[in-house]
Amino acid sequence: MTIPSTPDAVPRLEISGLGVAFGGLTVLDDVSFTVGRGETVALIGPNGAGKTTVFNAVCGLVRPHAGGVRINGRPAPASATRLPSAGVSRTLQGLGLFERMTVLENVLVPLSGTRGDHTAEARAILARLGLTALAERPAGALPYPERKRVALARALVTAPDLLLLDEPAGGLGAADIDALAGTVAEVAASGCSVLVVEHHVDFVMGVADRIVVLDFGRVIACGTPGEVRGDPAVEAAYLGLGAAS
Amino acid sequence: MDRLVFLLSSGLARGAVLALFALSLVIVWRSARVVNFAQAAMAITAVYAAFAITAASGSYWLGLLGALAAGALLGALVERGPLRFVRGDDPLSGMIIAIGLVMVLQAGLAMAFGPEHRPMRAPFPERPLMIGEIPVLSPYEVFVLIVAAAVMCALALLFGKTPLGLKLRAAAFAPETSRLLGVRVPRMVTIGWMLSVATAALAALLLVPTELGLNPHAADLLFVDAFAVAVVGGLDSPVGALAAGLIIGILDSLVTGYATAAAAPLAVLVLLTGVLLVRPRGLFAAADRRTG
Ligand SMILES: Nc1ncnc2c1ncn2[C@@H]1O[C@H](COP(=O)(O)OP(=O)(O)O)[C@@H](O)[C@H]1O
Ligand SMILES: [Mg+2]
Repeated sequence: MTIPSTPDAVPRLEISGLGVAFGGLTVLDDVSFTVGRGETVALIGPNGAGKTTVFNAVCGLVRPHAGGVRINGRPAPASATRLPSAGVSRTLQGLGLFERMTVLENVLVPLSGTRGDHTAEARAILARLGLTALAERPAGALPYPERKRVALARALVTAPDLLLLDEPAGGLGAADIDALAGTVAEVAASGCSVLVVEHHVDFVMGVADRIVVLDFGRVIACGTPGEVRGDPAVEAAYLGLGAAS
Repeated sequence: MDRLVFLLSSGLARGAVLALFALSLVIVWRSARVVNFAQAAMAITAVYAAFAITAASGSYWLGLLGALAAGALLGALVERGPLRFVRGDDPLSGMIIAIGLVMVLQAGLAMAFGPEHRPMRAPFPERPLMIGEIPVLSPYEVFVLIVAAAVMCALALLFGKTPLGLKLRAAAFAPETSRLLGVRVPRMVTIGWMLSVATAALAALLLVPTELGLNPHAADLLFVDAFAVAVVGGLDSPVGALAAGLIIGILDSLVTGYATAAAAPLAVLVLLTGVLLVRPRGLFAAADRRTG
């Protein structure tokens, strides 16, 4: 067991009073929540609520006009390029793979900034996600669920301590979603903090320790899955949509 | 028959130089999404550096290294200097900078070295070797083929097998995603420019002894042909540059030999038009596009 370099009281990710606007349109308004060490938090809300924008603000891809983001108690890097060295990995809402590169090469990209041969690490993560047989195939040629797993492998290969997953279950079938939930649980058990955006209710209820609900750029609810499920505001804004129809 | 062998083999040597220069255009296109219209002027500036180094040291080989270094330096300076200020969605401003650069470099070279053609000696004899009665490649053409092949292999290894090459490819095809993965995209763009202009400088250096001599405009025609090569092969495709370079080099040589030199550019133009009509993105263009 290594001794954490920062006290347990400091959250891994702390978002406070975050405000983002594009032109005149306010996309995030006073958004605050935290993700603790080894905690899995789901960020849910209707399409266009601003979930991906929260990720973009954490990654330094959009500049907030108010509030800020701290990672392990320090301000988040201003440049996306420094995220991996700050221990942060992110998957994209789409796939974001390098289609013409092989699966192995895709997974090697985030490691290519540091010296040495990283093939063994890359192959280990591929093995863990059942991708060994596909290592030499071009990523663009794989079926969708496999490509989704390559994107996950590429995020995990740097052994992040904060993992941001943007709709990781999107487009997957039940068996693949179960496997994904298993992987997320494993990752969290190893001490990694996970912030996941996902619409799939069962997946979210299964993996999340806490749920933050975003609607029109504001946090309308926050709590354990049980608490959020019963919240009338949430039902009205989001879960209710599914239940009513 | 003898004539055909001779024309084919000298076309091959010219094609190799064309392919090399076209490859340099492909490299800069892939890494920065610009067609560098200043490539010829930048390459010939580097050849003047080689000329000066060879004149001072007496060594062709030092001059060759000097051309590579000067090309890389010039590529970095141009990318970090004028082009940094026009980065964006407007291809026109980059093009205008390139045209301005052509004028500045060529006028500067003419002022510094004079506008005349300066003879540049090849490091090997240029008379064709005879196989039996048939004239084939000259020793210099063999040298050109070997150097071109070696550089292409080195570039293929660099891009295909090294961590730097992986980052260069990643940054070229999905800059935004690459940044999230820790790739320093602006640095990769600079390195792409350095590799590109160094390659172009080498191609120009190999060409000059076979032409009238060194002159600020000595690589202008090479650029025009190589641009046609890159478009025929597909601006995104190194393999396309190689194949189309050899095809156009040989076509050029055959038309010059059997018809007249004046008809050669016309033949290239016909080929270019034909390919653009049938496959607008080039013979070897890949199906996928660059993403964010
Ligand atoms: N770069 C941008 N420029 C302008 N508007 C944007 C930009 N990114 C997102 N938006 C807008 O912000 C809102 C939230 O988008 P997003 O964060 O992607 O939502 P979600 O991920 O919750 O579906 C949407 O209305 C979207 O159109
Ligand atoms: Mg989204």
